[in-house]
Formats: sequence, C-alpha cells, structure tokens
Amino acid sequence: MVTYAFVILAVLAIATALAMILNKNTVNSALFLVLNLLSVAGLYLLLQAQFLAMIQVIVYAGAIMVLFLFVIMLLNLDEEVSLFSKFRAKYIVAFLLGVVVFGQIIYSIGGVTEMLPEISPNMEFIGTVEAVGEVLYTDYLLPFEMTAILLTAAVVGALMIAQYKVKNTDQEI
Amino acid sequence: MIGIDWYLALSAVLFIIGVIGVLIRRNAVVIIMCVELMLNAVNVSLIAFASYHGDVTGQILVFFVLAVAAAEAIIGLAIIIAIFRNNLSTDITKINLLRW
Repeated sequence: MVTYAFVILAVLAIATALAMILNKNTVNSALFLVLNLLSVAGLYLLLQAQFLAMIQVIVYAGAIMVLFLFVIMLLNLDEEVSLFSKFRAKYIVAFLLGVVVFGQIIYSIGGVTEMLPEISPNMEFIGTVEAVGEVLYTDYLLPFEMTAILLTAAVVGALMIAQYKVKNTDQEI
Repeated sequence: MIGIDWYLALSAVLFIIGVIGVLIRRNAVVIIMCVELMLNAVNVSLIAFASYHGDVTGQILVFFVLAVAAAEAIIGLAIIIAIFRNNLSTDITKINLLRW
C-alpha cells in the first residue's frame, strides 16, 4: 500500500517538475510547481511528518506560490513566449551537466549504502505538532526567534527594493 | 515499507531537474521557481532521514529551510520587479549591465 502510494506520488512529482521547466507559459509553470509541492507534501505524509506536510501545503503551495502568481500577472509575463532559450547547444550542455551531477550524487549514495538507517519504530511519534513544537520551543528557541527577525527584515527589504520612488531629501540641497 | 534509498534517489532526481531548469530557462521568475524546487528536493531527503532515524531534529531543520525559502522568494521577486521597472523585461540575457 505504502509502496503504491510512493510510486504514484514520486512519478507525479517528477512529471510535474519536468512539465514545470519545459512549459513555455509562465503561469502554467507556476501551477505545475504547485502540483509538485502538493505531491511532495503527500510524500511527507507517507513519512509520517504530518505537521510539515500541512506547513508545506499552507505556506509553500499557498502563500509563496500566490506571491509568485501575483508577480507573474503583475509583470504580464505570459506573453513573452520567446523567453525560452533558443540555443540547442545550451540544452545539451545543461542536460549533460545534470547527468554528471546526478551520477555523482547516486555514486556517493551508493558508497554509503550499508550505513543508511533502517526504519525507526518511533517514526509515527516524531512528526506530530506536539513533538515538533516541544523541541522547537525548548532546544531551538533562539533560532526560532531569529527566523522571526529574518522574515521581518526580508519584508522590509522587499518593500524598500520594490518601492516605486524612494524619497531622498538629501539630494534637494 | 520502502527503503530510504528510494527517497534519496527521488530527492536527487528533483534536485537535478531544478538544476537543469536554472540552466536552460531565461525567465528570471522561472529561475527562482526552479531554486524553490531544489530547496524542496533537499527537504525530502532531510525528512526521510529524520523519520528513518526517529529523530525530530531533521524536521526542525526543514522548518527553518521553509522560512529561509520564503524570505528568499520575497527578496528575489522584489529585485525582479525593480529590474522590470528599469528594463521592461525579465530576460536574464538582457540584464547585462554589470557583465563587462
């Protein structure tokens, strides 16, 4: 049962990722990325990480992708079909580079394959909101607060960068 | 249950698709989406290791990766909007003022 679900979700994730990078329409690319994130959230559920699966759906597939779609529609990017790379050689080089890096990763995984962990018996207890929240608010409290500062700084910085005209009173002198 | 190596292989495949997407696309928004795909692929392997070890620390790390990915997406899109206002394009081959 779990194997069937894994195969279906994995094939869906890979197919939507490929469709995302090969689609000429930017809006379609973003929607395929949403599907990809949803299937990865299903994989998290298979790994019994319920809290992160919900966070993935709400924050990633919800909030961040809505932001992407807003920017795409604000900039009216779906008309620029010519933004796809024209050079055939670039495709071949990118594909070869990808295959080389993939081979490297698979080779390094294969080198440590006897050290990989077997499935843990308490897997179903660690992914709940209680388990994650308890560790997050005790051992990792300082990084958690720093994440809040990071997000605030990111929002303020984004406002400063994307502002239409920054008023600079020093230049009027 | 399936072994952890299948999750690692899936993570590697998703990461490589993200790398190829960054290399072949010219639209800056799609390139940022491919970076998100790569971050997501790494999250899969982190959660697989966390679950198979029975240790919650990997899931905490994924939580922080999500927060940093959100900040990165916000800043990247703001920079793209600022460039679009000057250039009227998000084609990365046309953004070459600082090249030489």
